[in-house]
Amino acid sequence: MAQEYKLILKHADAPGYTPDIECYLRHGGYATLRKALALTPKNLADGKTLSAPEQIREEVKVSGLRGRGGAGFSCGLKWSFVDRKSGKPIYLICNADESEPGTFKDRQIMHKDPHQLVEGMILSCFANDVHLAYIYIRGEMVEGAKILNQALKEARAKGFLGKNISGSGYDLEMHVHRGAGAYICGEETGLIESLEGKRPYPRIKPPYFPAVLGLWMCPTIVNNVETLCNVKHIVEMGGAAFAQLGTPNNTGTRIVSLSGHVQRPGYYEIEIGKATIGELIHDPKFGGGLRPGRTLKAVIPGGSSAKVFKAGEKFKLKKKDAEGKEILVETDMLDLPYDFDSLAAAGSMSGSSAIIVMDDSTDIVEALANISEFYAHESCGQCTPCREGSLWMSKTLHRLTHGEGRAGDADYLVKIADNIPGGRTICAFGEACSWPVQSFVAKFKDEFVAKGAADEARRAQQAAAPAGQKPLAAAHH
Amino acid sequence: MNFTVTPSLEAEVDELITHYPVKRAASLMVLHAIQAQFGWVSPEAVQWTAKKLELQPINVLEILTFYPMLRQEPMGRHQIKVCRTLSCALGGAHELREHFCEKFGLDAHKHGAQTTPDGKFTVEFVECLASCGTAPVMMVNDEFYEGVTHAKADEIVGKCK
Repeated sequence: MAQEYKLILKHADAPGYTPDIECYLRHGGYATLRKALALTPKNLADGKTLSAPEQIREEVKVSGLRGRGGAGFSCGLKWSFVDRKSGKPIYLICNADESEPGTFKDRQIMHKDPHQLVEGMILSCFANDVHLAYIYIRGEMVEGAKILNQALKEARAKGFLGKNISGSGYDLEMHVHRGAGAYICGEETGLIESLEGKRPYPRIKPPYFPAVLGLWMCPTIVNNVETLCNVKHIVEMGGAAFAQLGTPNNTGTRIVSLSGHVQRPGYYEIEIGKATIGELIHDPKFGGGLRPGRTLKAVIPGGSSAKVFKAGEKFKLKKKDAEGKEILVETDMLDLPYDFDSLAAAGSMSGSSAIIVMDDSTDIVEALANISEFYAHESCGQCTPCREGSLWMSKTLHRLTHGEGRAGDADYLVKIADNIPGGRTICAFGEACSWPVQSFVAKFKDEFVAKGAADEARRAQQAAAPAGQKPLAAAHH
Repeated sequence: MNFTVTPSLEAEVDELITHYPVKRAASLMVLHAIQAQFGWVSPEAVQWTAKKLELQPINVLEILTFYPMLRQEPMGRHQIKVCRTLSCALGGAHELREHFCEKFGLDAHKHGAQTTPDGKFTVEFVECLASCGTAPVMMVNDEFYEGVTHAKADEIVGKCK
């Protein structure tokens, strides 16, 4: 049976647990940092010596930690790309611009256990020779910014930030930087531009890989809140022990944000791959099932950018049989293990680990119109296919949901969506706005066509009606 | 236009500038500080910020016109921002916004932010506020509210002076 496994959220919701440093210290806080700062160089069998920062980087690599923000990229690999020979300072930015619709996990960490994030950040900075770091928090999280500022102040007062941290000779300063309501700032190069005080237009890669040419053209690491918290636990328990959590190549835990039509929406931390989508929706420990009398219609498995799953959809997943031979197993959407690789194999993604559940009361065309309106609003406007395409899709869906649709709109939407992504735009927003349209229309095409056709039929009837007897236009939605 | 920078605001801005090796990086935080005091960012504020950060006014204006949270005109004293994105929409966000519009005599079919004639309330839809599990959610100025039923909405609004 699937269980919750609280690693990051171990204390967050415990009665009496408060976000101040005294409480964090009482629960063993900053002990890992002290231990890490006291690490001595380690001599390897091959005659090489690993410095303390190198040892931490090695543990993170061994842990198999993958980014919790959306792309699921290996954290150890990301850190290994950092240009350490440029002579320029190296910066670290915590991406706390939690904005992917459906996602609300980082909010829990920052509000309830901010020092866990701060400790994870200090460890990550120490591991990467960083002396100046920022927490880029979305503008709307006013309270979160206050809590983090207070946490930084407390950490400074206790000597965990500033000059000569805990007598180690290591210096680090850290600041909170607030965004101002733009989703694109979650894209790491857009975030960097935003932090520099500019419009958050993502940078083209190559050459602007943050690890080489990031903040102020210096090597920069951008990691998600939950990812940085994991670093604290990896250093504490060791990379190998961390890798025992979860499933191979999908190590550790993830905080799943569950919303929409379930009885118990909320955030649930699980060992990655140890619960299925169906368990997360139906198990009384998690979503607790749908509302009475309702049936499942669709599931968005990884934030609104992720391709939608239709209830009853089946996938062929590679598995190893008893003799270790690779076989294809037919798997229902609900039986997909919730991890990076299974969802990718099923043609979608776990993204920011946000599940949005829709029951049979949902008008699927309305749902897509809602998502597309989001992307049309949030496109930064830098690349033509995305700026125009996201708006065309939204306008087309607007007419489909306001009685002005056409039967051909379904195909038209897909035609637009197919021409935005795939290297036509600077950043992955092109993919993010296209994937929902492509998948919703592909999987629920009859509903899109029926809506457009009904509107066309009504218009034809109106045109044929004698003058003076025209029925009223379709009621405004 | 009355734009007078108080010593405390100036001190706050000076402190913010020390957070960055490049002054320009303080732009967003400085505009937040100005807006917190004046409610919006006036053309005079743009000029002042540019001078303070050794920038051209266009450098400040281009971010002011990009970020949805920054205001180029005065808004209501109590700004009600209802999340409209999917999970909140599934949880009744449209009905919530309509409730406010009806309550304040605003046009629910009109797009964008609307302010009551007395300048007390502004009602608008905003994009995902990252609390999808407690839909529908909203903010009133800097305060965040979740699971907002119509009764809860009335209670919150009732406390606005």
